Amino acid sequence: MKADYLSWGRYPILEQRGRVFLNRKLPVNLDGSSYLPRGLGRSYGDVCLSQGGDLLLSKSLDNFISFDKENGILRAEAGVSLEEILKIIVPAGFFLPVTPGTKFVSLGGAVANDVHGKNHHCSGTFGRFVKSLRLWRSDMGFVDCSPTENKDLFEATISGLGLTGFITEVEFELKKINNHLIDVETHTFKNLDEFFELSKRLSLIYEYTVAWLDCLSSAKNFRGVFFAGRHAEVKNVDIPLRKKSLPLSFPFNFPKWALNNYSMRCFNEAYFRLQSGKAEKSQTHYDPFFYPLDGVKNWNRMYGACGFTQFQCVLPNKNQHASLKRLLGIVANSRRASFLTVLKEFGAIESPGLLSFPRAGDTICLDFSLKDRKAFTFVKDLEEFVCSEGGALYPAKDAFMQADSFKLFYPNWERFSKQIDPAVKSCFWDRVFNV
Amino acid sequence: MSELNDELNIVIFGATSAIAIATARLWAEQSANLFLVARSDEKLEVLKQDLKARGANKVITYIADLQDLSNYSNIYFELNQEFPVIDIVLIAQAVLGDQQESENDSDLLLKEMELNFLGPVKLCNDLVKRMLESNRGTLAVISSVAGDRGRKSNYHYGSAKGALSLYLQGLRNRTANTAVKVLTIKPGFVDTPMTENFKKGLLFVQPEVIARGIAKAIQDKKDIVYLPWFWYFIMLIIKIIPEKIFKKMSI
Repeated sequence: MKADYLSWGRYPILEQRGRVFLNRKLPVNLDGSSYLPRGLGRSYGDVCLSQGGDLLLSKSLDNFISFDKENGILRAEAGVSLEEILKIIVPAGFFLPVTPGTKFVSLGGAVANDVHGKNHHCSGTFGRFVKSLRLWRSDMGFVDCSPTENKDLFEATISGLGLTGFITEVEFELKKINNHLIDVETHTFKNLDEFFELSKRLSLIYEYTVAWLDCLSSAKNFRGVFFAGRHAEVKNVDIPLRKKSLPLSFPFNFPKWALNNYSMRCFNEAYFRLQSGKAEKSQTHYDPFFYPLDGVKNWNRMYGACGFTQFQCVLPNKNQHASLKRLLGIVANSRRASFLTVLKEFGAIESPGLLSFPRAGDTICLDFSLKDRKAFTFVKDLEEFVCSEGGALYPAKDAFMQADSFKLFYPNWERFSKQIDPAVKSCFWDRVFNV
Repeated sequence: MSELNDELNIVIFGATSAIAIATARLWAEQSANLFLVARSDEKLEVLKQDLKARGANKVITYIADLQDLSNYSNIYFELNQEFPVIDIVLIAQAVLGDQQESENDSDLLLKEMELNFLGPVKLCNDLVKRMLESNRGTLAVISSVAGDRGRKSNYHYGSAKGALSLYLQGLRNRTANTAVKVLTIKPGFVDTPMTENFKKGLLFVQPEVIARGIAKAIQDKKDIVYLPWFWYFIMLIIKIIPEKIFKKMSI
């Protein structure tokens, strides 16, 4: 089956047709078809897939519009990638106010998923820094939205997964920095209590915090590495701004047995030892700190043709993080290896979008290969667990959540549904919304 | 370089074509001064905003239909006002027409030849004089691998580009003992609006790849550059095939 347009998890696979939104000033003639906006296709599940609609691509909208260096405000077309933005703003002394774990997402995608990053506990989500945006809708044409203009549509479009229309332009605030380096503090931890102690202490003094977790450890103790960072005041090392991009790439799918419990245990062991040896404090270029996986193109192919799902949830942290501990116990007992497990405490800053995922609590990100049928039931069980604990799943990563779960996770769903562009068709929305 | 600072003065004809935009963006990041000539005022306005945001020092736009050769002197007048000295000229205008149509319509064929060959030749002939006076600068002209050999599927476009390559070769010979460089750029298959209706195979690259190649070739003071590099070898083979055989081929 021709598969030009996949999602990052390479599951599900559907035949898709793409057309390009050519010009930010010219409306599109849909000729009666439905559509779904699509940027760089880095969401994992099916939020960027459409059954029966055309994928309306933002790749031609790659122009910057204005860069106000006095006030740190950038306006650009929605197809510009965060990578392109960084190339322009960093030499001028600015950084993204919030960045996800990859820079290969479009500006429109960052808004549509209301992305979050390692600084959530200080800064909240990307949507908080959006001053205004322009949207194209099949029923309204071009509409400008901001916290003061078309506020309902604005709140729905941030985190709106493209369902409210095609974002053409975004204006947002930048963050001032002194240089392109990050001061990093690294710690290993032997169990979750140590993790929470580190998180509590270091989140007060570092803007960026995250932990990688080895969840193949025994069911009682989870070891891992904690990273804390902040933009460097002073350069202590000589690292050039522009570096050559790594030639590493996965040009084809790995066989599905390549990533298994044994290979992952070896990797985890090696990685843990490597990090244990590292100096506690160091200075690094921003790129490997924020985007460690971007150095290997197409890393998602490592999971093979069967694809994978990235399970990201947020769980309430009451009762000494009991929910998280129980979840990790379930995962460890399942013997299902998660190659990249990331853990962070979200802050309490309210997210601006009606379908925004981040909220106060513990967030964990797990990858599961979809190589056997039982994987699907396992993910379903995890979803039920999240529902029962009062947590939520992240649409940008999801390929499975059911309608009932969706309504629990996103109580604003009804308000949101009123803002949808009638011509949009999305696999995700088909699945989670039944009237 | 302008006398007072390091910003290059760069003029681009056909500035809103995909390869020209990608190259202009690279130069904008280096704070260049850019004089952009193209037909569409709307596209030029979008491009100007984009290049300024990316770091261009000065961006001057000039609306002109390069199909109309009689208009060029007006462009030069404006250009002389803005750039006392020119560092780089990039000639990027071209049209890939429907050969079925132009085979049946000689007037259409000649119009396309005007844009693809005569226009660039006029620009080179006029601008090289200025550049020789100041004894600096690079004339970089986008030709094509299609100009290396006449093939029945594409010889209308190909022959214009071939003639252009030959003209540039002569010009290069003329200017060889001066500081003025003449660069012939020969891209292969590029994913742009020009090739919209082509089936995109493995050999297609993005305009950004060509742009990096152009900027580097100018920096390295090259004479002829095939982009990407492997087209040099492909065309070497194409050119070696004896005419007796080639004339019967369908590629």
